Amino acid sequence: MTKDKSPKSGFTRRATLRMMTAGGAVGLLVPSILGKPAFAQTPPAEPTGRVVVGLSQEPTVFNPLMPHIETDDGVAFSIFDALFRIMPDGEIMPNLATEIPTVENGGLSEDGLNWRIKLRDDVTWHDGEPFTAEDVKFTLELITNPEFRAWRTAGHDLVRDIEVVSPTEITWRMEEPFAPYLSFLSETFILPKHILAGAEDPNDTPFNQAPVGTGAFKWGSRQAGDNLQLVANPDYHGDGPYIEQLVFKYIPDMTVLYTQFRSGEIDLVGQAYITPDNYEEAKTLDERVVELVPRGTLESIYLNQSLPVFQDKAVREALYLAIDRKSIIDLLYFGVPGEAETFMPETSAFYNPDLPEHEFDLEKATSLLDEAGWTPGADGIREKDGVRLSFANSTTTGAHLREQAQQFIQQTYAQIGVEMKIENLPPAVMWGEFWGQSQFESAMVGITYLIGADPDVTNRFHSKAIAAESGSGSNNARYSNPEVDRLLEEGARTFDIEKRKEIYKEIQAIIREDLPFLPLFRYTNVFGRKAGLEGFEPNSNTRTESSHAALWYWG
Amino acid sequence: MAAFLFSRFLQSAVLLVIVSIIGFLVLYLMPGGPLSQYALDPGMTQEDIARITEQLGLNRPVHVQYLDWVWGLVQGDWGTSFRDGSPVTQVIARHVPATLLLMGSSTVIAVAIGTWIGVRGATHRYSGFDYIATVGAMIALSIPTFWFGLIGIYVFALRLDWLPAGNMYTIGDGSVLNYLHHLILPSIVLALVHIAIWSRFMRTATLDAISQDFVKTARAKGVSERRVVMKHVVGNALLPMITLAGVQVPSLLTGALVTETVFTWPGMGRLFLDSLGYSDYPVVMGLLMFSALLTIVANLIADITVALVDPRIRLA
Repeated sequence: MTKDKSPKSGFTRRATLRMMTAGGAVGLLVPSILGKPAFAQTPPAEPTGRVVVGLSQEPTVFNPLMPHIETDDGVAFSIFDALFRIMPDGEIMPNLATEIPTVENGGLSEDGLNWRIKLRDDVTWHDGEPFTAEDVKFTLELITNPEFRAWRTAGHDLVRDIEVVSPTEITWRMEEPFAPYLSFLSETFILPKHILAGAEDPNDTPFNQAPVGTGAFKWGSRQAGDNLQLVANPDYHGDGPYIEQLVFKYIPDMTVLYTQFRSGEIDLVGQAYITPDNYEEAKTLDERVVELVPRGTLESIYLNQSLPVFQDKAVREALYLAIDRKSIIDLLYFGVPGEAETFMPETSAFYNPDLPEHEFDLEKATSLLDEAGWTPGADGIREKDGVRLSFANSTTTGAHLREQAQQFIQQTYAQIGVEMKIENLPPAVMWGEFWGQSQFESAMVGITYLIGADPDVTNRFHSKAIAAESGSGSNNARYSNPEVDRLLEEGARTFDIEKRKEIYKEIQAIIREDLPFLPLFRYTNVFGRKAGLEGFEPNSNTRTESSHAALWYWG
Repeated sequence: MAAFLFSRFLQSAVLLVIVSIIGFLVLYLMPGGPLSQYALDPGMTQEDIARITEQLGLNRPVHVQYLDWVWGLVQGDWGTSFRDGSPVTQVIARHVPATLLLMGSSTVIAVAIGTWIGVRGATHRYSGFDYIATVGAMIALSIPTFWFGLIGIYVFALRLDWLPAGNMYTIGDGSVLNYLHHLILPSIVLALVHIAIWSRFMRTATLDAISQDFVKTARAKGVSERRVVMKHVVGNALLPMITLAGVQVPSLLTGALVTETVFTWPGMGRLFLDSLGYSDYPVVMGLLMFSALLTIVANLIADITVALVDPRIRLA
């Protein structure tokens, strides 16, 4: 077996990074590196040291194909590999595969229906068994096995006729062309057939509590309720790992988590991050690197389009004009998050930078409503054709910043004759049927729209994805626009990146115009780590900061 | 004795059934459910959620789910955790040692210090010590545990830096000393309330015993005051404390719930809160039954012990 160090394995990125580091470029980009010389930092020859990642939720699901939450992702990315890996810039690189399937290299048929994936021949499972195409076939079939409690099946349910051509080659046919599938596969971790095929019930096997993967770290030990320890896999096929032990420490309270970051018990603030109110203080800590990391999640107010009051576009526009967004960001969120006009992350190649910018203008909002025929009633609340301009806004109880933002918006709305009532619910209730079946009137919610970096948002904006009508999908605002439907369908069929960019930019423009939701801000996390922990790269295309712990090392 | 035991067992069984029905109904009636945590995941559709609901059997009528659960329980199967997919008994077992450690150490502290304060308060009635002990107990009883926990962390961990701010041990250091170091603050905080309760009861019981004839007799025979207290008073005063201990065990569990959260202690208390947060019904039910069982068994043992050590008590 040979170690594949071709550019496709991601080596170039590392080499580039090292060169940048050597040139001190990183020192310029990260001024908070505390005056230490940023050059001559190279990973150790042998895995050394330990990194403790602090999490506010406990990872408990170790079979990455089963229903899990964000916090479980960090573990999955470290123990397992997918066929492809998504890079921080959104580029998809091969991981267990040797190349990205394209029409040019024969990996993809012209119509996008037939896929051919070539696999690495130098990968072994943690128990020493070789990884082959059989494992890929087994994994893809397991996801759609009705007996198996799979997490999400979108995309995988289109796969037909999986064929193992050789141990390093696999082909399949898609029921219909589906361009996002490449991105989906970058989050589909491959499981070992030789361990799971014999399991009586794949939902309940010892594997789920002590997983075996091909990743940079092997399962170590778990102290339930406290921590999970992974150890370096010396036979890892890719770069790294450079640390001997990767520990995920569970600290449920955000304030305690921050305290333990300050006291040095945790090396890296994972997933929960530092709360914005601690940002100013965190920046002043010695021997800590604290930076802002933009994420792919957008906070917005969803307007339920099935309500008569929201069907008038003038109302939606006036409501957007009457939100003092800048003040919410600066005063409530300590200036940490960024303004946004679209669901597409700014870091995405499909981001549309030419959308109209939000303005806070109460006079304009008032005249818009006046012109549209919404006249103030006896109690000052506007009405038109018997419909009062009054609605409820809901979010999760206990999220105090959101609650403050609601109250702030409620006040400015009152100034233009709009009544917004606040009706908040506990999270388990809020995100149950109330949200899923669009029973809310308006909701303040943070949503990640993309899977990996693929711009496909059919699930959120296509009219057939309204769960309250079709029983499927996550178009919770009940948004419907035939033009958007058409563009979404075309986008999912199109494999040419330039063409797709045009399509999704157009979709963003239409949605910005239609305003089924009012964008508030882009999530930005305050991320902290100990100085000297090198190789860390935030990746907003994944849900975890630990998506590539293989490259971390103590400099 | 046999009749007593039988009737107690019968009572306990009825109590357990009632607890289980109420618990199950309350969980079932809570809207949302265990799958709502996936609602905002990108790519997760209502269809997926409906499919998983079906696979987990959550769409069946409540009485079917309940009977199914009871039938499993009878056969020793406490169900499977929704959150991590392992059997409930295993999930609970993983968290028991941490709680036992915390409860054990705080019980030792509470009993030792509480007894001492109570006896000393009773034998030195209306002294400065007695007043301080009384006021101290009032304060300890009226202030919530979490407040003590936070103050303890602020003073001893953040300001003085004597003790760790939380966790059961430092990762990478599994020595006994390290565990003990981490145990000090949470077990003292958890013990505080119980020291207060224990000392008040012990004071009353000691006063009771002191006025008994056998104490007067002993004194009249010229036995030293110290010996009177140690041999005749404390021994007799401790008797009713056995019942108190039986009642205290379950309330220690409740205290542990708060203390474990404040000190990030990986025990059952935190497991309970986490499982509630994720609507992990099987684990919540498991813990509920476990603590109900614990309460019943502790009371039963206390009753039997009292009967055994005090021949004056006749059980019927």
